[in-house]
Amino acid sequence: MNIIVCVKQVPDTTEVKIDPETNTLIRSGVPSIVNPFDKNALEAAVQLKESQGGKVTVITMGPPQAKDALKECLSLGADQAYLISDRAFGGSDTLATSYTLAAAIKKIGDFDLILCGKQAIDGDTAQVGPEMAEHLDIAQVTLVSKITPGQSGLIVEKEQDEGYEVIETELPAVLTVVKSINIPRYASIKSKIAARKIEIETISVEDLDVDPEQLGLKGSATQVKKIFSPKKRTTGVIINNENGKEAAGELFKKLIQIPVV
Amino acid sequence: MAIIIDYDSCIDCGSCEDQCPFGAIETIDGKVTITEACTICGACVEVCPVGAISKEEEEIIVNIDKNDYKNVWVFIELHKGMPRNVGLELLGQGRILADANNEKLIGVIIGEKSRTIANEIINYGADEVIIVEGPQYIDYNTDTYTNAMEILINKYKPSTILIGATNNGRDLGPRIACRVGTGLTADCTNLGIDEETGNIAWTRPAFGGNIMATIICPLHRPQIGTVRPNVFKKLEKNTDRLGRIISEEITMDESKIRTKIIDFINVEEGPEINLEEAEFIVSGGRGLGKPENFKMIRELAEALDGSVGASRAAVDSEWISALHQVGQTGKTVGPKVYIACGISGAIQHLAGMSSSDIIIAINKDPEAPIFDVADYGVVGDVFEVVPELTKQIINHKKAKSL
Repeated sequence: MNIIVCVKQVPDTTEVKIDPETNTLIRSGVPSIVNPFDKNALEAAVQLKESQGGKVTVITMGPPQAKDALKECLSLGADQAYLISDRAFGGSDTLATSYTLAAAIKKIGDFDLILCGKQAIDGDTAQVGPEMAEHLDIAQVTLVSKITPGQSGLIVEKEQDEGYEVIETELPAVLTVVKSINIPRYASIKSKIAARKIEIETISVEDLDVDPEQLGLKGSATQVKKIFSPKKRTTGVIINNENGKEAAGELFKKLIQIPVV
Repeated sequence: MAIIIDYDSCIDCGSCEDQCPFGAIETIDGKVTITEACTICGACVEVCPVGAISKEEEEIIVNIDKNDYKNVWVFIELHKGMPRNVGLELLGQGRILADANNEKLIGVIIGEKSRTIANEIINYGADEVIIVEGPQYIDYNTDTYTNAMEILINKYKPSTILIGATNNGRDLGPRIACRVGTGLTADCTNLGIDEETGNIAWTRPAFGGNIMATIICPLHRPQIGTVRPNVFKKLEKNTDRLGRIISEEITMDESKIRTKIIDFINVEEGPEINLEEAEFIVSGGRGLGKPENFKMIRELAEALDGSVGASRAAVDSEWISALHQVGQTGKTVGPKVYIACGISGAIQHLAGMSSSDIIIAINKDPEAPIFDVADYGVVGDVFEVVPELTKQIINHKKAKSL
């Protein structure tokens, strides 16, 4: 089974700090990481390759430094990697991003399955996977927590509120995965050295069969109008009472005053 | 359209670099440079102390006439044949948006039997309801639902579509938006009208809730957004309200349906697990010490008719199923009241619950970061505080119902 995994290099949002004076984001010194859910997607792909054969190709769209993310994926079991990078892709919203990724996937060709993380931790939109499936006109299942090969396609489990839907899907398909699907492996020194030998190809706009009007900012239907800091939460009333029952009583009194009960 | 830096005025102060929410400004070879990560959000334009940064507008041509598109639609998601609360909440806010632009508010119900729901949707504020019924719609299916929505959109041309940001809503939204070639804003927590242009102004958190972004879809129609449950209030049900019900027959060629539900693995049932729509969530973390102690969390949740959440630590210790996990790698929730019991409040956890209206924290460690965001905090032993609180709430409710 040939699998393409789409990854994104993101700032580690858990390292993002807020400037207490201006209540704005401090980004300097924040490390870039492979989006955590995409690592789960990669691990799922490598596990499928190990049981079913085939190859794992990892792709990312981003600036040249996003190659670092691809290198990491190669050391975690991917066989080949492509960087999709061009000034023409700058400023893309999810519609233009998914269009570009779909065009790159068509160009790479020869795939049975596309795996993505359920969402990226910087934008949190969860839209690129399904929009890419639509551009490619293939099946999609989001929030996948288990993948098993079926007779012709795949049997997957999709996370829902009260449990898991068991879904049979045709191939090719786009699946977006949740964290509980697996625990990603760590790279070994050996796998890191092997990964260094793999050349990462860059796909630019000339390599793609695309309508330039649908790329980058021009191809984006949405625009960011304003960015602002959320209302800062502060510490409210703190109850310090060594007697737990009394403390509960004090809290309860507050709750009926609001009133929440 | 692009961000232009006037290097003659630039004083290399680095303000823009620090401010850029996307890390798209870097100093390369001693020169401030905008990289491909730029989304032209304009945050740098505002922050530049010497006005050296400007936004260059470029004309984008879209082959649609916005005037052909009218009315606000709310997608009414059904769960076991009943409308989810978020659909009713969106009728409330949709009413405001429709009235502001002199448009109609229309509910769209797709389901096995949706006619029985139609009147209720009108009672909650819709002027009209469009229903699509049939056996292909018993369960949500990406292909059949997208196909039905595509046909309806092309026929009726709505200006705006609001969809609940549920598991299924966030599966359907991008598929529809891409099919009809329009913009979609995910998981919004506020909706308004951009005064300048009359477009819907969609506001949503990003970067784990560290920033808010207001997004517009200026040229494409319909404008679509998924909206988080529990953000808006539903209207009072008015059984005197009358409205037109339009029934559309749409069936998809079976051979074109690419996915099929073959089974459902039930982990839990009932309100306890419905975190997305819960008004009250009681969550437990590492401080509970062992799985049996989730019993008191469940009891407090039950007393409040709420749901049970958990921190990553509790889920990773296998004290409770992953479906309960709140936080960056779990669910994002926004209840009216969130009660964190024995949860320290790592930033990953805060990212999943900081949009709750009221946060209550019970933790024995006075230094726990959860207290930084708590409206009410009890520094104390969860094993003493939680059962007592449950008891008092139950007694209070009993007394009230007498």
